[in-house]
Amino acid sequence: MAARSVKNLATGPRYFQDTLDQMDDIGVGSLPIVLISGFFIGAVMVLQTGSQFTRFGQAALTGDIVAIALVRELGPTLTGILVAGRCSSGIASELGSMLVTEQVDAMRAMGTDPSRKLITPRVLATVLMLPLLTALNDFVGLLGGCVASVFSLRLGAVEFWTRAIKALDFADLMQGFTKPMVYGFILATVGCYKGLNVRGGTQGVGRATTQAVVLASVLIIAADLFLTKLALYLGDKLF
Amino acid sequence: MTPAAATATTNAGPAVVFDNVYLGFDEGDILRGVSFSVPARETMVLLGETGTGKTLTLKLAAGLLKPTRGSISVLGQQVSSMSENELLRLRERIGFVFQEGALFDSMTVGENVAYRLREEHVKEDEIEPRVQEALQFVELEHTADQLPSELSGGMRRRVSIARALINRPDIVLYDSPTAGLDPVTSQTIISLILRLRDVYGVTALLATQRLQDGFALANFCFDKETKHVVRADSAKGAKEGQTAAATRFMVYKDGRIYFEGDPQELSSTKDPYLRRFLV
Repeated sequence: MAARSVKNLATGPRYFQDTLDQMDDIGVGSLPIVLISGFFIGAVMVLQTGSQFTRFGQAALTGDIVAIALVRELGPTLTGILVAGRCSSGIASELGSMLVTEQVDAMRAMGTDPSRKLITPRVLATVLMLPLLTALNDFVGLLGGCVASVFSLRLGAVEFWTRAIKALDFADLMQGFTKPMVYGFILATVGCYKGLNVRGGTQGVGRATTQAVVLASVLIIAADLFLTKLALYLGDKLF
Repeated sequence: MTPAAATATTNAGPAVVFDNVYLGFDEGDILRGVSFSVPARETMVLLGETGTGKTLTLKLAAGLLKPTRGSISVLGQQVSSMSENELLRLRERIGFVFQEGALFDSMTVGENVAYRLREEHVKEDEIEPRVQEALQFVELEHTADQLPSELSGGMRRRVSIARALINRPDIVLYDSPTAGLDPVTSQTIISLILRLRDVYGVTALLATQRLQDGFALANFCFDKETKHVVRADSAKGAKEGQTAAATRFMVYKDGRIYFEGDPQELSSTKDPYLRRFLV
């Protein structure tokens, strides 16, 4: 199913409007949770790391470490898990409900390929929107970190931002924006798979919704390990 | 397939042919050796208890399911061996009315009825009048902007019929169209099916647990002059005792066809199992 969702992009019909609708629902709809969470995660990161660096008189390094951690790791992974919780479950429940009410059969009976109409737009929309959400999450996270560093660590805001930006290099950005694309693919395909394989009526829809979130979250964390290893290896080789 | 070739195929042989069809799931075979044929423009009423395979028969005919054994031919094409892409094209000539309507609940009634036309990239200025025509056929032209959740069960079924007939299919498959409806609404649905049969000449397979639906289709017809449903033998030029466009019955039992015949044979049967449906 995952392979087919990509293969569908090569030939028509393509459902451009459906993809836009999904981008709006997944991207714009997830903004509040991503921004709010990002802000507080950045602030917490600064408090936790800052308290340790202060012991060694190196509180100024807080901005460097928080920026690297957010952009390389926390931003993509936490954004992926947050969006999995919101969208993977939503996709599973929507498609599952369509399945048990025969809407998917109705679609097929009227000459529409459900994988083109339902799966591909959701997968494409998630793969495109998750890096953008991650970027916003990273920015807002640094903003939260800046606020925390100013008020808790008594660091200057300019110093924090300058060190944070300087600490990042191209390899960090590549890692930080490639991971969300993979996570987006995972969470959308898991949601679609669970939704379109519902068994047991409405009770099954509920089960599928929960399973989609759990499975997507676990797969994202597992993929993170392999992607991080790969990114660090490629970072050494290429950059 | 060109329209001319399609018509030639329809006229050349039966519209639907099942040949020794088996269908099973984990629990075992549901359909066991089902064989029948439905000539063009005829109505076949599928009767049987719950779980005997009536809905599965309809889904097999539409290619939504594949048989585990046997072959199925619809409009001259081997549905049982076609790929999903090939089936998508064949389904342009098949209308399916699902049991609960299966309307897309995030779309309005108008968008539901227009769905197939939009999928086929029909021009927008052509879609609106055709949608209105279809909704007028089912007498729901005032509901175009409403969502399915705002309609009653009977209205949803009627919208489902409008959606199925929007591109004048050759075959219409009805899955328990009157299930769960009150007698008055059921009569409305059957009247619509009669109109569809007698105005457009569609071939129909109708799965139902209500024998009276089948007999209504057998004994009544839509009079195009008076635009009313009348007894078939009272229509202009009809002979006494004449039934409407050929309607036959098929009764399922334990996944097999237990009876196949015309309304007179069924109503005069002395078989105890069949008599249960006549009560």
